[in-house]
Amino acid sequence: MTAPLLRCRGVTRRFGGLVALDALDIDVEPGSVMGLIGPNGSGKTTFFNVLTGLFPASAGEIRFGGAPITGLEPQAVYRIGIARTFQRSRLCLPLSIFDNLMIGNHRHLDHGLWFNLVDRKALRRAVEENFAAARELLRIFDPPLADRLLDPAGRIPMIDRRRVEVCRALISRPKLLLLDEPSAGMTHDETMRLMDDILNVQRRLDLTIILIEHEMSVIERITRRCVVLNYGRKIAEGTYAEVSRDPSVRQAYLGLE
Amino acid sequence: MKAVAAAALTVAAATAFTWFLLRAESQGAIALLIALAVVAGVALTRVNLPADAPESLTQGLAIAGVAVLAMLLREDDFSLLLITRILIVIVACLGLTVQFGYAGVVNFAGASFLGVGGYTAAVLSRATALPHLLILFCGGAAAALAGTVLLLPVLRTKGHYAALVTVAFALLFRTFLEVNDTLGGPQGLKPRELAIGPLHFNDPVQFGPFEGSFYLRYVALALVLLALAFAFVQRLERSFIGIALDAVRLDEIAAATFGLDIARWKIAAFTLGNFVIGVAGALSAFMIGFIAPNNYTFAESLIFVSILLLGGIGNPWGLSLATAIVILLPEKLQVIQEYRFLLFGAMVILILLFRPAGLVPRPLRRLAGPKP
Repeated sequence: MTAPLLRCRGVTRRFGGLVALDALDIDVEPGSVMGLIGPNGSGKTTFFNVLTGLFPASAGEIRFGGAPITGLEPQAVYRIGIARTFQRSRLCLPLSIFDNLMIGNHRHLDHGLWFNLVDRKALRRAVEENFAAARELLRIFDPPLADRLLDPAGRIPMIDRRRVEVCRALISRPKLLLLDEPSAGMTHDETMRLMDDILNVQRRLDLTIILIEHEMSVIERITRRCVVLNYGRKIAEGTYAEVSRDPSVRQAYLGLE
Repeated sequence: MKAVAAAALTVAAATAFTWFLLRAESQGAIALLIALAVVAGVALTRVNLPADAPESLTQGLAIAGVAVLAMLLREDDFSLLLITRILIVIVACLGLTVQFGYAGVVNFAGASFLGVGGYTAAVLSRATALPHLLILFCGGAAAALAGTVLLLPVLRTKGHYAALVTVAFALLFRTFLEVNDTLGGPQGLKPRELAIGPLHFNDPVQFGPFEGSFYLRYVALALVLLALAFAFVQRLERSFIGIALDAVRLDEIAAATFGLDIARWKIAAFTLGNFVIGVAGALSAFMIGFIAPNNYTFAESLIFVSILLLGGIGNPWGLSLATAIVILLPEKLQVIQEYRFLLFGAMVILILLFRPAGLVPRPLRRLAGPKP
């Protein structure tokens, strides 16, 4: 048994009197795809927000690759190799697709004044290299989109925005990718295609993924293990086949007595 | 080739128009010229001029245009003063663009930072023997330093609240000047005559048979500073820094998730912007030859912000055009002199309603691909 890449122990997040995350213990093995499911408001997105440092945890410990990351700022979490997408697209719509991808690649870019303002030749070289890399990455998802890197992100259809958002998280080559409901606003077939493309990249880059998803067929097809949350508590864990038979899960989703 | 011709023609037309406007005396002729400009402007939005001329060429042409204009008007003190004022205000608005246009840090105290630069120039030129060229940059440094007072409250607040903090600063700054006797109180201060090397800026220009107003030197110096500030702002925008600043303005949460230190970028933009504004303020103080608290009112700051809105936030060309309009219009069309704030207010409302991206909207950044 390999050591988990991500190890959460007793992670708790309170908003006033509301306990959004209640003493979660979650382990994610390197190279795996883990599903995170649960009814609306069960704390899935809050878990991502705590993990990425947007909300500090109220209690508990998070370790990433063995090192504690509890309480780190979002910037530091990103720098050690955790990137995410958002449930509602957070692309910068007035900027080009390429600019959006470069926001995602922030930790690999030189932001010095000399480099950016004076040494324009070196800047141009760096831009060309990044442009080629961005095109290559986008091509995996959609070859025609890869030729539209300089189009404004606001002028491409929803499915392409999703792809760009996933690429923005991927381009910095993170170790752990957090996908917050990538299927929102897309058809079943589009979602399946996007997932296949993500899995394709995952195998190449030896990436670990946590996936929040409501579409159970997606979870069934691509995750090895899933964790089910309800009211911020972990109520089941195992393969999709196991958790979908679990009575407490059926109760949480269907309200069966 | 077509694009180069279009750029050259535009600059030539703008130069000729400005010359006519500055020389025109009768209110009827001025009104006619302005009507002509409005028609030409509307027509320009209908036709698609090729806009892919090399940027450096367009900038060179524009500089040449201003130089030619200054030469044509070489003995007309008042017109040259107006031209210099336009150039200096453009520099100040370029500084505001870095703050407001790129990083999204609203600054309603633009005139105050201009004042910090101006008072620094006045005090340093009177009390020390520092070379005046250095004093110009000391003005910038002083404005950047004064801005640090505002950093904490501006970073702690967001949106309207941050804007209110800068409004408060503008009002405090003016009151401070008025009660401070060392800085001349309401009477203000006179900086020494600007001298750079052997050039004494307040002597008439005489070059063999060539004679001209002393303002020509100020035009030249303002033009040099403008070229520097313009290149600085454009390079900043077309770089990874520009992308980072845009990300901070457009979505702080997404930016933080991808490692951008929001506070650091806002501080950088605010400080760099104030530096540029401060340099403009120092030069402006030398040129006017006399500064007082009344030069640096909150109303003046509002004009700067309306120039940005009018021109197109984040577009250096747009704000240059808007500055020329905002300064020349009330000076030449005397009927509106009294009502100029009313007019600017109306203009800003109209622009926000019908052309929210401004007269010359900011183009999409194209870092890669064929060189612009």
